[in-house]
Amino acid sequence: MSTVRVLVGTRKGAFILTADGKRKNWDVSGPHFGGWEIYHLKGSPSDPNRIYASQSSGWFGQIIQRSDDGGKTWNPPGTKPEDLMGADGFPKAGVSNMFVYEGEVGTHKWYDGTQHPWEFKRIWHLEPSTTDPDTVYAGAEDAAIFKTTDGGKSWKELSGLRSAKGSLWQPGAGGMAVHTILLDPKNAKRMYIAISAAGAFRTDDGGKSWKPINRGLKSQYELPDPDAEVGHCVHRIALHPSRPDVLFMQKHWDVLRTDNAGDQWTDVGGNLPTDFGFPIDVHAHEPETIYVVPITSDSLHYPPEGKLRVYRSKSGGNDWEPLTKGLPQKDCYVNVLRDSMCVDSLEPCGVYFGTTGGQVYGSADGGDSWNPIVRDLPAVLSVEVQTLP
Amino acid sequence: MIRVLLPFHLRNLARVDGEVQLELAGPVTPAAIVDAIEARYPVLRGTIRDHVTKKRRPMLRFFACEEDWSLEPPDTVLPEAVATGKEPFMIIGAIAGG
Repeated sequence: MSTVRVLVGTRKGAFILTADGKRKNWDVSGPHFGGWEIYHLKGSPSDPNRIYASQSSGWFGQIIQRSDDGGKTWNPPGTKPEDLMGADGFPKAGVSNMFVYEGEVGTHKWYDGTQHPWEFKRIWHLEPSTTDPDTVYAGAEDAAIFKTTDGGKSWKELSGLRSAKGSLWQPGAGGMAVHTILLDPKNAKRMYIAISAAGAFRTDDGGKSWKPINRGLKSQYELPDPDAEVGHCVHRIALHPSRPDVLFMQKHWDVLRTDNAGDQWTDVGGNLPTDFGFPIDVHAHEPETIYVVPITSDSLHYPPEGKLRVYRSKSGGNDWEPLTKGLPQKDCYVNVLRDSMCVDSLEPCGVYFGTTGGQVYGSADGGDSWNPIVRDLPAVLSVEVQTLP
Repeated sequence: MIRVLLPFHLRNLARVDGEVQLELAGPVTPAAIVDAIEARYPVLRGTIRDHVTKKRRPMLRFFACEEDWSLEPPDTVLPEAVATGKEPFMIIGAIAGG
């Protein structure tokens, strides 16, 4: 029978939740890296035992951890003696965990409208290649994308991204980070990323050059120019692998879709109680079924009326239904952050999300009903799931 | 023999218990001590000081002989008591948060 492995990043460590295909009884391991912020963990699609984790701290900076045995043991890649020995036999300069912007780094817009130099803070998101377990993309704060092709031993910035009007990007309240990286499974040269508060971007040449794909986004309260090409606070984008030209977006306000790889976006918020929120995801087997978690407003980061409701649309947006069975319907004031929702590929599709209150909820029936897998973790920053044979 | 105390999280990262003991050939300075720590425990590169600029990370402090050496130049020679191991060189996470 298949199994699922849910990878949970929290403010105070990582947790791994495992269950068989019924998804009723769960084993919880962790905390791994206790006391550290784990913004994200993700497994390699081509080698599920290979998992990468972003471990960071305001005191000690950025560490990348790697497991080659499905999360049982971890090591920071590139820190073994053999990794550090140069061809001449002398130790070479350490590169592990080192994220350095390429070339003249320049400046971006600061909160007060002045220009501010780029400063590396942490890795928000790790996206392993669909075909090579040693190749991973990393989304950084301040906004940049890095790539490793040696399993995380060394990282190189794809600096062309900053050429996409980087001087006009501005941090949102949570910082200015590349928080979403989507790889096109049908076109190895195409990739999408999203940045708060800059917008969504696409490369069609493997990351050398990027262009903003924000036409149709409206940010009338945040941007003086309602049709601005960059500066939009995109919270999350998602796609179904069978249709990589169709993207769904949860923006600061607004839920949108594009059917042409981001060239034009259309609002599909429809009958949502509020179209503010963070995560958005797509059902594993139904490309027009999507999920969001509406949040009251940009000032009130908790669910409307204290009711935790996932909303599902089976028509690619506009028509939404609340999913409440098993979720708290009173006195619930948690948030669900942007990287904290995911789907497995079992039948029926499993859906998972984590909250800032430390709960991880799972549904084994596409969202019809929910159960808490764990209730009292630290604030959840990210949730990913691996479906294992 | 020089004794170095690392903060809890860096001891875990380096997988060491208790004090780290070092031998240095040259002058005993904060920079030389951190150089030796990073050489022995490469995973700590970037955690005590910046990878590139080599500046001390803002929320770490260096203490020895009941004095704060954090703001002294990194090539400042430390007291003889540190060089002989009578007193430890302490790398401490700054108190922050609520």
